[in-house]
Amino acid sequence: MLNGIWGFFVIGGIITGAFLGRMDLVTRSVITGGKSALELAFTMAGVVAVWSGILKIAERGGMIDSLAEKLTPLMDFLFPSVPRGHRARQYIAANFAANFLGLGWAATPAGLMAMKELQKLNRDKGRATGAMCMFLTVNMSSLQLVTVNILAYRSEYGSAAPAEIVGIGIAATLVTTLVGVAAAKILEGRA
Amino acid sequence: MQFLLTLSDFIIPVTVLFIVVFGCLKRVDIYETFLEGAKEGLQTVIDILPTLIGLIMAVEVVRAGGLLDIMTDILRPAAEKIGFPAELAPLSLVRLVSSSAATGLLTDIFANFGPDSFLGRTASVMMSCTETVFYTMSLYFLSVGVRKTRYTLPCALLANIVGVFAAVWLVAAVFGN
Repeated sequence: MLNGIWGFFVIGGIITGAFLGRMDLVTRSVITGGKSALELAFTMAGVVAVWSGILKIAERGGMIDSLAEKLTPLMDFLFPSVPRGHRARQYIAANFAANFLGLGWAATPAGLMAMKELQKLNRDKGRATGAMCMFLTVNMSSLQLVTVNILAYRSEYGSAAPAEIVGIGIAATLVTTLVGVAAAKILEGRA
Repeated sequence: MQFLLTLSDFIIPVTVLFIVVFGCLKRVDIYETFLEGAKEGLQTVIDILPTLIGLIMAVEVVRAGGLLDIMTDILRPAAEKIGFPAELAPLSLVRLVSSSAATGLLTDIFANFGPDSFLGRTASVMMSCTETVFYTMSLYFLSVGVRKTRYTLPCALLANIVGVFAAVWLVAAVFGN
């Protein structure tokens, strides 16, 4: 699937570029794409390292354990195949909490570690497990309380009430998460 | 509003404070543990670096070539037919691929129609309830070498499509057109 999307982007981008006479832009994007990625990684490395360090303190202090434990009913529902007390549950809990609070950068290391732990439970390493599909579906349904940067942009462009959309944003996010979870549950049952 | 902005200034420092104090109380070697975690974090970034390069290169090529413009041109009439605001069609599509490009479109909408217009409000809500699906999926799956992603993409796309329509309906219901 990912191979197909990547190929579609690269091949489709170059062919449309040729037809629309935008090959100069395509050339530049090929050359600078790697550079932008490295720049992003450079910024990301610092932030991810800091949050991984903080996360480690929380983990060592038993904080993430107790968070995962409090979320047991939710975890049992979403990830029945992941045993209680497994480290995957702890990282998933940390990832959800960080996403929910809008700490996107803190969510990434916890999420990647959750995937690593879920992979340990996977028998067919090249194929996603139901728990992985569910985890990423919830993740990509964007469960978030307040999107601070959107509010900042609204206020920058002269909104009279930048935060008036917060309530609707939460309602919409709730809808997307519920739909995503329901779809993942149904498809997991069929597979 | 002021309250929310103040809150957002507090949330990161308070989270850090809370965890570090908690660590102290639990007699964790806080600094050594932090360094251990930071090292793992750096390793993670190095591990995902090739994925990141491939991903961003592909996204930049697709944007530069104009494929997204063609796809939104195709989507636009279809969107109008079902009563979806055509001005928001590019944003809904681009949002799946690139967060920075989507932010650019969002600020364009703010500049052209105002953040408090129907389009401005809807675009704001759309940004809060959708996610850069292709980026997130590639990053997480490729970091552990999973190739067969099964039903993750359909579920994520469905959630995002529902989010886009929910944004339009909810804003219309609360604020009117």
